[in-house]
Amino acid sequence: MTAVENQGQPSSAAPAIELKGISKAFGPVQANKDISIRVMPGTVHGIIGENGAGKSTLMSILFGFYKADAGEIFINGNLTQIPDSQAAISAGIGMVFQHFKLVQNFTVLENVILGTEDGAMLRTSLSKARTELERLSEEYELHVDPDELIEELSVGHQQRVEILKALYRKAEILILDEPTGVLTPAEADHLFRILDNLRAEGKTIILITHKLREIMHITDTVSVMRRGEMTATVKTAETSPEELAELMVGRKVLLRVDKAPAKPGKPILEVSNLQVTDEDGVKRLKGIDLHVRAGEILGIAGVSGNGQSALLHVLGGVTQATGEVKINGTPLPLTGPKANGRTRREAGISHVPEDRHREGLILEFSAWENMAFGYHHDPAYQSGLLMNNKAIREDTVKKMELFDVRPPIPTISAKSFSGGNQQKLVLAREIERDPDLLLVGQPTRGVDIGAIEFIHQQLIELRDSGKAILLVSVELDEIMSLSDRIAVMFDGKIMGERLPSETNETELGLLMAGMSGEAA
Amino acid sequence: MDLETLLQVLDSTIRLATPLLLACLAGLFSERAGIFDIGLEGKMLAAAFFSGAVAYTTGTVWLGLLAGIAASLTLSGIHGLASITFRGNQLISGVAINFLASGMTVVIAEDWFRQGGRTPSLVGDARFKPIELPLSGIDIPLIGPIYTDLISGHTILVYLALLLVPASWWLLYRTRFGLRLRAVGENPAAVDTAGINVTGLRFAAVGICGVLCGIAGAYLATALQAGFVKEMSAGRGFIALAALIFAKWRPWHALVACLLFGLLQALSLRPDVVTAMTSFDVPVQLLDALPYILTVVILAGFVGKAIPPRAGGEPYVKEQ
Amino acid sequence: MDRLPQWADVFLIPLISVLIAFAISGLVIVGIGEDPVVAVQTMISGALGSTYGWGYTLYYATNFIFTGLAVSVAFHARLFNIGGEGQALLGGLGVALVCLAVDWPHWLVALPVAMIAGALFGAAWAAVPAYLQAKRGSHIVITTIMFNFIAAALLNYVLVNHLKPPRAQDPSSARFPSGTNLPTFQDMFSTAETTLFRGAPVNITFFIALIACLLVWLLIWRTKLGYQIRSYGQSEPAAIYAGISPVRITMIAMLISGGLAGMMAINNVMGEAEKLVLNAVEGAGFIGIAVALMGRNHPVGVILAGFLFGFLVQGGAELQFTTSIPRDLIVVIQALVILFTGALDNMVRIPLAKLFTRKGGA
Repeated sequence: MTAVENQGQPSSAAPAIELKGISKAFGPVQANKDISIRVMPGTVHGIIGENGAGKSTLMSILFGFYKADAGEIFINGNLTQIPDSQAAISAGIGMVFQHFKLVQNFTVLENVILGTEDGAMLRTSLSKARTELERLSEEYELHVDPDELIEELSVGHQQRVEILKALYRKAEILILDEPTGVLTPAEADHLFRILDNLRAEGKTIILITHKLREIMHITDTVSVMRRGEMTATVKTAETSPEELAELMVGRKVLLRVDKAPAKPGKPILEVSNLQVTDEDGVKRLKGIDLHVRAGEILGIAGVSGNGQSALLHVLGGVTQATGEVKINGTPLPLTGPKANGRTRREAGISHVPEDRHREGLILEFSAWENMAFGYHHDPAYQSGLLMNNKAIREDTVKKMELFDVRPPIPTISAKSFSGGNQQKLVLAREIERDPDLLLVGQPTRGVDIGAIEFIHQQLIELRDSGKAILLVSVELDEIMSLSDRIAVMFDGKIMGERLPSETNETELGLLMAGMSGEAA
Repeated sequence: MDLETLLQVLDSTIRLATPLLLACLAGLFSERAGIFDIGLEGKMLAAAFFSGAVAYTTGTVWLGLLAGIAASLTLSGIHGLASITFRGNQLISGVAINFLASGMTVVIAEDWFRQGGRTPSLVGDARFKPIELPLSGIDIPLIGPIYTDLISGHTILVYLALLLVPASWWLLYRTRFGLRLRAVGENPAAVDTAGINVTGLRFAAVGICGVLCGIAGAYLATALQAGFVKEMSAGRGFIALAALIFAKWRPWHALVACLLFGLLQALSLRPDVVTAMTSFDVPVQLLDALPYILTVVILAGFVGKAIPPRAGGEPYVKEQ
Repeated sequence: MDRLPQWADVFLIPLISVLIAFAISGLVIVGIGEDPVVAVQTMISGALGSTYGWGYTLYYATNFIFTGLAVSVAFHARLFNIGGEGQALLGGLGVALVCLAVDWPHWLVALPVAMIAGALFGAAWAAVPAYLQAKRGSHIVITTIMFNFIAAALLNYVLVNHLKPPRAQDPSSARFPSGTNLPTFQDMFSTAETTLFRGAPVNITFFIALIACLLVWLLIWRTKLGYQIRSYGQSEPAAIYAGISPVRITMIAMLISGGLAGMMAINNVMGEAEKLVLNAVEGAGFIGIAVALMGRNHPVGVILAGFLFGFLVQGGAELQFTTSIPRDLIVVIQALVILFTGALDNMVRIPLAKLFTRKGGA
């Protein structure tokens, strides 16, 4: 799967899609600025860029979700207006969103026909769709049971349903937004085979991603977006990952973090046979054993949804579990009312959650109110029966300065800060508590490059001051560069532990896909 | 208990279950499309008044029915405006609609009729009359009385309500409209990206809800009773809501639930029957409260978990 | 993305919403052939034209401050307590049982006990829906509605079968002993020469309501508990992350809410009726929803909105005397206030935000 078939691109044929001078602003934010691209039929075109570079906005314009402020769209050489999704579908555009747009308690078949039914009765639509699905499944290796409910399907299969939906609507142009974010490497490989088949049949594919490897692997041409602008369009065969990365961030990327070798001390966290079953009866953790020593970072790698969130939640006191967890040799309560975030904090555990909008911050609260979040019992924050708001505000100003949170104004609400500054706010709150163990989930998700470096430095400094850190990230680069040891999680289990110096991304990728040993 | 009493209680069960069923199906369409509606009560009340008032004024019950539906639809429009167009809180909107109906019906009734917030009694063609089905009065033991007293002899709205159960099932599960309506209550984003208008679909559902509540209200004033009285919906909209939860948002189950609540209401009108059955002096207030108590028990999940439509209560905001 | 300055959010939007509600109410008055200007004049002179009118306005306001606070506290935990009516009914039962229990020597002794009983009964009536919400996920809006109906049936039963003196006609309790009669404004503010607030029911409870506002303000914005209630109300997952127990907060917020609604009974049952009657609450529990929404769940807002509704109810009663406008018009106004300040908030907010953005951008 290395060779990319180089499709002949007859210069006479019109491009399948051509965008000319597309611009779109949201208030003062220019999400897309004068963007032009041409994608020839029968090719895979990649669009790469950081979070917030404007990729999704561009695709939403193409799918009729937003109206561009300026610019034109040509489909097969014809100027086309796309005021809504219906128009996009009619123009032969199909979209596979990052978050699937499926009705969970409908069957595959019902999802496929939704919106494109033949006539007012369902019966004819359903039988027609059944035959058509069988044909499409055969043709493109898109096998799914048409009568299965979506909620019973794996993520990879749900994605296939999305592709089938687009094909059933006779899409000639298929847009996929970050399609591999939720897939295992094996599922991703399968997806690429499907895309290969589609290309061979003459379909045009636009692949939006921030993963360089995928771009190099599958695309014929690639465009790079940065801060709403299209900075370059190149033939994939004529570029390199390094060049693309540089175009993406606008300067040389620091791929490795400078750090001294770890000097691990005594074990801080000891976990044995940790098991979690969620509300739906699904086993999320199937017997986890691990330990983290003082002065080291244990990185947990894995495709999201393989139990890393459950692990962080149990250790942070958010969910209940069975097994044994010791901190500094003392067992932690894992069930009952004592198993909560408060007792964890009192035991010396700080927790930077994976999702700062959902858990880490109260977006409507001011920065200073958020600084007390989780630590509202701190005696320093009280005066008598009431809370000492003045003391909290002063403490907040101090911590905002230490972590370079901008703007350093404690009274503005958390939602007004940028992603990077919100994350620094959370890190300031958790790290400045001087914990014995820091739990960190996705520390740099949705954070700009400058803040990433700062956050990585802070984590290294904390490690060097003799603290234990458990790091969960889906970014393999981040795991590789920060961790002193790496444990890979798959399906609620730890597949293996490696030293960063003695492994590589291929081996970790195999472990993440549930394949142990040296199968590569 | 003798057959006659039993038939009386069951007959009254059907009559009392009818408005519950109509309102319950109304709520089913709205909530299946993702719009919670605790304003069923208010819509019924408004429809009851306007149907009674127009039926009295024109002497034609059918015009009354139309007026009731129109009144209910107006309130549905307000609910749609608040919860679909302006993405407001659906519960608060429902509460407002209940009070609006409660206040407006009395204010207008006073202005039009000056009888202490009621309409004059309806007579003749201003009321729905019982329909004697063919062969009623047939003299077969057991089956004869059941047919004549229980199945025959209801107003057309009763039969309409019963027919609406299979009709609703068919519409929801066998047609394109039903597929889309159920989809928009589960995942409006899926409907939107399929090129279907979420707003239009939800307004259609809220509209159906309005029509059915209108019929329910008209039934109260022009069939069950002869005219409108202040607060005559008497919590039926809330009982219908409870039945809807009990039925887990499914039409046939809604029928069963509404018959059960209808039976409870019928029994609370016949404390003598209850006393005879239980040989225990049951306070009438307990019978009055029983539907509500039962609803709480159902809501507490002691009778199976009720999972509402996933997108219920949440306004749809298009994400990028 | 469109942001509003805070003053607009706090004052301008509720003001515009209430004005729209009043304008439509005016149209309703026109619709039934009356003159809205005359109606407003009648209401003002009836509710504010004399110390008697003020006495009623403030009496009603006292009720609404309690129920408005009750709804507000629950709202801060994102719980919609529609059960204020039933909780206040039960509070009345608690107050009545205390007042009838012994021959109280002085109101100063009776009042604290009655307050506690009212609050406890109200809280108990909120406890079941709260527990079902916290532990079993039963929707609190529906359960509190059901509990209103159950409360009405229960009170009816208790009054008719137990509290009604033998041979009495009305389903109401015996008159409370004189040692429980609270000082009215007439008692407190009249001088030897002039009698003020003659015959008006406003009593010392008004000041207790104001103290309750202060305590609720302290609770919500100055204590750890209030911080936890607000956190939970903003985001349940975040609250769990921070070690705040949803079950505990749901229970506490609802108990406080029910307690506040129940305490209203010292005003209407102990202070005014001096006996327990059927339907003593007269919709005050529901008006509390409008008061909380209009007052933006802030005690100061609740006082202002409570006063406004006190004025409307008293003015509405005057209307009924002098015009053909029934007092049920108040229910219409209440509905419109709930509709425009609650459900149709965005209808006012979105255009206003656009206006501000344009001005700011220019």
